[in-house]
Amino acid sequence: MSTVDLGIPSIRPQHASPSSNLRGTQSFPDAARSELGDETLRGNLRHATATIQTKRASAVREVRDWQKLRNAGSALKWQVTDHLPELLEQLEDSVTAAGGVVHWARDADEAGEIVTRLALERDAQEVLKVKSMATQEIGLNETLAHAGIHAIESDLAELIVQLAGDTPSHILVPAIHRNRAEIRDIFLRSMPDIDPDITDDPAALAEASRRFLREKFLDLPGGVAISGANFAVADTGTMVVVESEGNGRMCLTLPRTLISVVGIEKIVPSFQDLEVFLQLLPRSSTGERMNPYTTLFTGVTEGDGPQEFHLVLLDNGRSAVLEDPEGRSALHCIRCSACLNVCPVYERTGGHAYGSTYPGPIGAILSPQMTGMHGPDDPNTSLPYASSLCGACYDVCPVKIDIPKILVHMRAEDVDQRRETSGQFRGTWDVAMKGASKLMSSPRAYDKAVRSAGPLSKVLPGDNIGKLPGMLPLVPGWTDHRDLPKPGTSFRSWWDARERDRAKNPDSPSSDSRTGGPDAAADGPATDEEQA
Amino acid sequence: MRISLMTTCLVDVMAPDVARATVTLLERLGHEVVFDKRQTCCGQMHTNTGYYTEAAPVVRSFVDTYEPSLDSIDAIVMPSGSCAGCVRDQHQLVAQHEGDSELEERAAAVSAKTYELSELLVDVLKVTDVGAYFPHSVTYHPTCHSMRVLKVGARPVKLLRAVEGIEVRNLPESDTCCGFGGTFSVKNDATSDAMVTDKAANVVSAGAEFVVAGDASCLMNIGGKLRRNGAAPQSVHLAQILASTREEPFVPSQTILGRAS
Repeated sequence: MSTVDLGIPSIRPQHASPSSNLRGTQSFPDAARSELGDETLRGNLRHATATIQTKRASAVREVRDWQKLRNAGSALKWQVTDHLPELLEQLEDSVTAAGGVVHWARDADEAGEIVTRLALERDAQEVLKVKSMATQEIGLNETLAHAGIHAIESDLAELIVQLAGDTPSHILVPAIHRNRAEIRDIFLRSMPDIDPDITDDPAALAEASRRFLREKFLDLPGGVAISGANFAVADTGTMVVVESEGNGRMCLTLPRTLISVVGIEKIVPSFQDLEVFLQLLPRSSTGERMNPYTTLFTGVTEGDGPQEFHLVLLDNGRSAVLEDPEGRSALHCIRCSACLNVCPVYERTGGHAYGSTYPGPIGAILSPQMTGMHGPDDPNTSLPYASSLCGACYDVCPVKIDIPKILVHMRAEDVDQRRETSGQFRGTWDVAMKGASKLMSSPRAYDKAVRSAGPLSKVLPGDNIGKLPGMLPLVPGWTDHRDLPKPGTSFRSWWDARERDRAKNPDSPSSDSRTGGPDAAADGPATDEEQA
Repeated sequence: MRISLMTTCLVDVMAPDVARATVTLLERLGHEVVFDKRQTCCGQMHTNTGYYTEAAPVVRSFVDTYEPSLDSIDAIVMPSGSCAGCVRDQHQLVAQHEGDSELEERAAAVSAKTYELSELLVDVLKVTDVGAYFPHSVTYHPTCHSMRVLKVGARPVKLLRAVEGIEVRNLPESDTCCGFGGTFSVKNDATSDAMVTDKAANVVSAGAEFVVAGDASCLMNIGGKLRRNGAAPQSVHLAQILASTREEPFVPSQTILGRAS
């Protein structure tokens, strides 16, 4: 067989650049431990996630064909992942034909350079931002600041986060970890002309931010705004931005130059497909029937809106996600955040514990795929384990991403990576799991072990096992927080005793299979020797 | 019917009363129960922690135990939603990971005859009133894998409501995970603790004498927390309630699910 070059790309897909905001500094369990200690945070999150969850549930209940809509959303997203290269080229053609300029950014660094160059060429010292996950992911504000350009967040929640020098902790509600008293303090500290007697009434706080931002909208030297996009339509070149406040629309219409930084997975094949997603997204996200401000723009139109449009198509690890058939559906995410709001882990730890722009269940599968998992000390290696696999996320996902299945798949990737790296497959868990596997696949040895567990545990005092010394491996993780029942007579010992009893007295009523009966005979090591 | 009992490893060792109760119940309903001593574990712990390669021999052992006798039994019952879920949802996955298509096929055959207890009763044995008597108040926690992997739905509640003398009380936030999650409870112990703390508080606020579920593992978690807090409710498995009758009422033993000492 001769070797034929079929044109397979010579450059392998790369992971996200290390400068991206996709990896924290601590493992999830460590980060979670400190977040869990913050009572205010727990209260804020509990209140907010419960409210959104309830709203979502009733908005979804109204739609009789919700499951069909989910199926349609999922099928469209699979169509996109299956044909991404062709669709991207089609998008480039459509955008160019509509008067836009398309830039390709392999990673966060390239995207940052492109946007910075475009802003500098237009003498922009300040740029307006529309809330966007992609620009958060690539740390665009910091990159621009480095070049002396100040980015102003126009979304209220992003503004709160920015003014506080904080990082977002939720996809939809970046300041979900703050309550209104905290927000009032942040405003008082950072808005120059604010009324010093402002209350923490949400309407008053919104009015203060409105005044602060309106000035920026109307007087922007250089006239550059930067957005992301929720959807990029391949056949028309249309960008779609979905938001709730109207501030985004101002940014998308008032400035002279608009730059949109869009992940390559945001494509939908045709304009008609928006019908599906514009039903799925608002109900899943804010629990609204229809999204309040949906802005669609296609290239440039003379005398109307921005006169220059630049589309920066961002990879930053997405091709690497696409490479894994088991994990690639993580790219189907439409950033509704329903999985965050329903997740019992997220509700308790908050978003910062995940260390990435993408927190919660979707973040736990997306971030480590985008960055790669680089060994046991990489904080992102701990993310696939940040779930009890309860499955609530899968139930609510509007595009049916099977998050629990991918979490387990990625745990297997992590374990397999370690197994294949010489000297690494010998942690406490590795040793315990190998041992348990051996025992549990040897019926005779296992049988002996089960029968001796009860008698052996008799050396411990009491009926339950309380706190155990921290030096023991693994078990204190359980006993630090809960009692552990002591094993008694194993079921199989009792079963044997009953069988023997029945053989001796075939007519006796002591075929009693409940507690009591042949218990006494079954208890203790004497019986345990008798097993087959 | 001839029903093969797979107790699950956890029940065999840590909650043997649950398996005994399953035997009592099924024999009372006129069925023959068999117990194959070669059984060990379904492999869920290994699978869900990512140890597919280590799960494979356990899955193979499971299949080797049950596959040869498939023709002589009508069903395999497991008193656990998550273990039955692992058999149905993951055994073939593990076989695929190992590239073992023969194991995959045999696993599928075993899985097709494997049921969680409430599924067996309602779907196969076609019974909801099992003639049980349990004069106590209970609150039902639908465990995640029963609810979302097996989708047992209202089956356990139907069975409970048919029990004479029982009072079923509403559990606030019932469909939120108790925080067990297998090795999650140890790997992410602080988060797991925060979850089970809330679950235990909800159980207490339901004001029932017992919290009931179809998974001994989740009950061990909730019960263990209730014990640590010195709270009153006891945890009890669905099988134990259904096994209880006027003639032979439920007797809590000392070794079940973190009972008060």
